[in-house]
Amino acid sequence: MGATHLPSTEFDGTDIEDRQEAAAEARMGAPAEPMVQLLAPDGTLGTDPVFSVYAERLTTEKLRGFYADMAKIRRFDVEATALQRQGQLALWVPLTGQEAAQIGSGRASQPQDYIFPTYREHGVALTRNVDLAELLRQFRGVSNGGWNPKDTNFHLYTLVLAAQTPHAVGYAMGIQRDQKLAASTALAGATPAQPAEPNAAVMVYFGDGASSEGDVHESMVFASSYKAPVVFFCQNNHWAISVPSSVQTRVPLADRAKGYGFPGIRVDGNDVVAVHAVTEWALERARRGEGPVLIEAFTYRVGAHTTADDPTKYRESAEESRWRAKDPLDRLEKYLRAEGLAGDSFFEQVRADGDELAAYVRKTTHDLETPDIRTAFANTYVEAHPLVAEELAWFEEYSAGFADDAAVPAEGATN
Amino acid sequence: MTTMTIAKAINEGLRATLTNNPRALLMGEDIGPLGGVYRVTDGLIAEFGADRVVDTPLAESGIIGTAIGLSLRGYLPVCEIQFDGFVFPGFNQITTQLAKMHARSNGNLTVPVVIRIPYGGGIGSIEHHSESPEALFAHTAGLRIITPSNPHDAYWMIQQAVDCQDPVIVFEPKRRYWLKGEVDTESPGTSADPFKAHVLREGTDATVAVYGPLVPVALAAANAAAEDGRSIEVVDLRSISPIDFDTVTASVKKTGRLVVAHEAPTFGGIGGEIAARISERAFHCLEAPVIRVGGFHMPYPVAKVEEDYLPDIDRILEALDRAFSY
Repeated sequence: MGATHLPSTEFDGTDIEDRQEAAAEARMGAPAEPMVQLLAPDGTLGTDPVFSVYAERLTTEKLRGFYADMAKIRRFDVEATALQRQGQLALWVPLTGQEAAQIGSGRASQPQDYIFPTYREHGVALTRNVDLAELLRQFRGVSNGGWNPKDTNFHLYTLVLAAQTPHAVGYAMGIQRDQKLAASTALAGATPAQPAEPNAAVMVYFGDGASSEGDVHESMVFASSYKAPVVFFCQNNHWAISVPSSVQTRVPLADRAKGYGFPGIRVDGNDVVAVHAVTEWALERARRGEGPVLIEAFTYRVGAHTTADDPTKYRESAEESRWRAKDPLDRLEKYLRAEGLAGDSFFEQVRADGDELAAYVRKTTHDLETPDIRTAFANTYVEAHPLVAEELAWFEEYSAGFADDAAVPAEGATN
Repeated sequence: MTTMTIAKAINEGLRATLTNNPRALLMGEDIGPLGGVYRVTDGLIAEFGADRVVDTPLAESGIIGTAIGLSLRGYLPVCEIQFDGFVFPGFNQITTQLAKMHARSNGNLTVPVVIRIPYGGGIGSIEHHSESPEALFAHTAGLRIITPSNPHDAYWMIQQAVDCQDPVIVFEPKRRYWLKGEVDTESPGTSADPFKAHVLREGTDATVAVYGPLVPVALAAANAAAEDGRSIEVVDLRSISPIDFDTVTASVKKTGRLVVAHEAPTFGGIGGEIAARISERAFHCLEAPVIRVGGFHMPYPVAKVEEDYLPDIDRILEALDRAFSY
């Protein structure tokens, strides 16, 4: 079943919600294949009975913004890979190929929404205004985080696969509570943890490999049980390091949602317009209090899993070539040019902006300061802790023992 | 002062927490209408509703993971794990996520989650219902671990755990749930700091450091030793992470001998940590090596033989004899 098999109904825009509900029900009752696609690889824009209405909302400025974001984050990816090769980063996790999945979904979120990423969501980070140089702190080994999630509502990366998925559901349950507490404030004098307005939702990212982890299952059970305002966004990039997605699942991942009792949608993850539309639909639905959705963005990791990986050992280059033909940037460029929405000067400017970002990231990475281990002593606990105090005191005394050594000129030094 | 059991004291402590803090909530399986398998949350759902006393799906990782998310949003979740041996599906969330969130966010995020775990043996139950995994958690920086041994502590400690900005695991000695004692609900008194050890019984000849379910055993052993003319000081650690080494050290400097007792296996346990620290801190005051009393290096045995496994009065007296033999 695909978008073309959804109930076809006439509508005038006032009954979008009803139609969406029907579509969601239809999706829950049938396999997710094939997937929602609006922008074809040849750059032509198709239609979908449910999601075209979201595509129609997109202004030229937004479409050009999608392209600029995707190009920027791809340029950033190239730069970060180079930095790793130069020994400036301990590791890098490339995203090339997944730009549309990330920019399309990230741009569908609102500032009040909270995002839980895995560790490859550099494009989503860009859409949440995370300083990309800060994002490199973890990979340079100067922090296990790098940015303050409270500034952008973009949580820290999580390396333990799927561990962030229950956090997302719990956070979403907190949003529900804020709304209930706000409603009862006058009666009970209770205050919500955070303002309940505007309505917020949570989006959590994970991959096809992580979908096998128990935490994904438990999260979906909780999300469904409490109808939490959370969107599960799975980027099926086909490879969990060297293990293909066929080993993770025998059915389309989106179909799993049916078992939990909420809609699952497979979307062309290389189609930024469709990803944006589907995510906007899911987030709006969650903010309205209608519960979770699973989105499976069907995409492909064109490069290696990380800079430590060697894809030539486990997959054919022909497969990569097939996916390169579905490149998310190329198809949007074709569309923008064909429709006269952007020309050479725009694309040149995008390239220049990318180079500028790369130069900034390169310089800032070199300048990232190595932290003092005292900050680790300070941040292990919130409240005073005698063991930490004792070990810090020992460390200070031990360090002080080297103070005299520092004053002595090193051997061979000349004045 | 009111007399109540430890189970009732925790129940009252939770009631006070829910009353005083609208952002506190309880989570766990069977904690609603059933009141928990030990009835520790009895009556709370009727009083506070299903939004504050949340009967969750049966999923420990899900319970703790969603509690982390709730705490990130500003709520104060108190999770109940049904039995000690069932915490392990949630071990990953506790050790890789809960314990480290504050550190890895460079201090920007706090996750004040409380996890209640009934622990220890002596109830004649089947496997996975009688374990003492506290050392596995104490080894993880970022967590705090406390364990009450009497109703007054139980009443206050659960509230102090919720007030603490760090994640706290409260190990509840399940075979003492029905132990009665006086509770001052007006003031914590000397229990104001949950991370400070208490000298429960003064003595001059040897110290027994102990916590949770073995506290009454140690007190009984001290009384028995007194009949032999030995004056034993009993220290209730109360907190397993951090450990109040100052109180233990002061006691050992006075008595010169130390026996540490816990139900958990001796090897790699809290007792070894205490022995090592006290050897460093008070080596010249020790008349004998620190003696450990604990469980054996085996899976918790079947109930019919658990009396041979669990440290009892005689095992503590035997350890004291060894300490006095030097």
